[in-house]
Amino acid sequence: MKITLDADKCCAAGQCVLIAPEVFDQRDEDGVVVLLDAEPPAGQHAAVREAAAICPAAVIEVQE
Amino acid sequence: MTDMIDTTVPAAPGPLPVQPPAGCPFDPPAEFGALRTEEPISPISLPDGSRAWLATRYADIRAILGDTRFSSDTTVPGYPLSGMTGGGNTANRGFIRMDPPEHTRLRRMVTREFMVKRVEALRPEIQRLTDELCDAMERRAGEPVDLVEALALPVPSLVISLLLGVPYEDHDVFQRLTGKLLSRTIAEDARESARVELRDYLDALVTAKEKEPGDDILGRLITEQQRTGEITHDDVAAFAALLLVAGHETTANMIGLSALTLMRDPETAEQLRQDPSLIRGAVEELLRFHSIIRNGPRRVATADIEIGGQLIKAGEGVVVAVPSANRDETVFADPDRLDVRRANAQHHVAFGYGIHQCLGQALARVELQVVIATLLRRFPTMRPAVPVEEIPFRTDMAIYGCHSLPVTW
Ligand code: SF4
Repeated sequence: MKITLDADKCCAAGQCVLIAPEVFDQRDEDGVVVLLDAEPPAGQHAAVREAAAICPAAVIEVQE
Repeated sequence: MTDMIDTTVPAAPGPLPVQPPAGCPFDPPAEFGALRTEEPISPISLPDGSRAWLATRYADIRAILGDTRFSSDTTVPGYPLSGMTGGGNTANRGFIRMDPPEHTRLRRMVTREFMVKRVEALRPEIQRLTDELCDAMERRAGEPVDLVEALALPVPSLVISLLLGVPYEDHDVFQRLTGKLLSRTIAEDARESARVELRDYLDALVTAKEKEPGDDILGRLITEQQRTGEITHDDVAAFAALLLVAGHETTANMIGLSALTLMRDPETAEQLRQDPSLIRGAVEELLRFHSIIRNGPRRVATADIEIGGQLIKAGEGVVVAVPSANRDETVFADPDRLDVRRANAQHHVAFGYGIHQCLGQALARVELQVVIATLLRRFPTMRPAVPVEEIPFRTDMAIYGCHSLPVTW
C-alpha cells in the first residue's frame, strides 16, 4: 500500500487521525494532515482505507 | 367539465419536513424515507415562498457537500437564505458562509485550536468540569433535576468560553441570544435584533480583548492575525460569534438526547458501563442516530450539475437533509436501530461533509465521550422524571434536542 496526500485540500478536522493515528498526524501550525508512514504495514491497511473513505475533503489517496 | 379545477398546474411543493413522526421523538421526519426511494432530489418551498431542492440520499448529499461548485457563499444570488439557521443577514458573515480561497484562509487561522491532539490535551479539564457539575447534581438527589440546565448545556458552554476567552459569567447573555438565533419559529425581525445584540456584545468583548489579549483563541487571533493586518476587528467578532454559537448548542443537545436514549435502553447502557472501550463507537452511533442538524446545510449551485439523476441549474438552492442521509438504508443496515457496535457508524454526516465539515468535531466527540461515560458511571439509576410525552422536544429549533429534560435517580 502506498499513500499520497493532497494536503492543500485538507480541512483539518482530523478524522484520519482518529482512525489511523499511526499513519496520520496534524501539523502544529494549522492542523493540516501530515503523513507519518507513506507505506504502512498490513495491520494498518484497513484503518487507512477507512480514513480515506471518511475524509471529507478527498485528501487521502491509496494505491494498493 | 369547464368548472373542474385545472389539475395540470403542479401543486406548490411543501416545506422542509421537520416534525418527527407521531410518538417517535427520536426519529427524523417520516417523509424522508419515501423521498429517498421516490424523489431523492425534490422541490420544497422556503418560508418566503421561494423554491429550493431538498436532497435526502446519503450518496447525493456527499456529492453535493463535497463539490465546491455548490457554493456556501450566502451572497451568491439564489442562495436559499429564507428560514436559514442564524438568520438570512449576509453582513459580516463568518467563514462558514464563504467559499475558498477566503474560507480556507480564515478557517486555517483556527483549525489548529481544534485539532485532535489539542483537544485530547483538554480531556482531563473536560472531565474535571463534568465531575464538578455531577457533584452539584448529586447534592440535589431526591428532587427532579433538569439535565439540560444542570449538565448538558454548562459543559460545552464552559469549555467554549474557556477556549475563546469569553467570560462564562456572561453565559446568560450568549445562551439567550443563541437560542433566538437558532429558533425556527421566531419572527425574522426578532431574530435580527438578537443578532444585533450578540454583535454588540461581541464587539465590546473584542474591544476589551484588544487592550488585553489573553492566552486564548480570541487573544491569539488578535495578536497573530489582527495586529499583522490579516483580519479586522469585525472579523475577530465574526469568529467569536460563529465559534460561540456553534460551540455549545450542538453538543448540549447531543448530550441531552443521548442521555435520554440510554436511559430508555438500559441494556445498551449496561454494555457501555461494562466495557468503556465501546464509548467511542457509541458516540459515533449516537451522532448518526440523532442527527440534530435539522435545517441544512444549504448550498447554491454555481453551475448546472446533475445529482442523482436530477439537473440542478446554476443559481438554484439546495437544502441537505442530514438526518435522512444518516438513516439511508443503502449505507446503514437497519438504520432506525441504535447499534453502538455498528462498524460503519463513523461514516455518518452529522458533522457535514466536504471542506466545511465541522471544525469543532474533535472537541464535540471528547465532550460527548466524557459526559456520557461519566453519567453512566455515576448515575446508573438515572431515569426521566416525567413520561416521554411530556418532555419538550425542540421541534421548533434548527438544532433538535430537548428544551429541558427532568431526571431523577
Ligand atoms: S480526514 Fe481528510 S480533511 Fe480531515 S484532517 Fe484528515 S486528511 Fe485532512
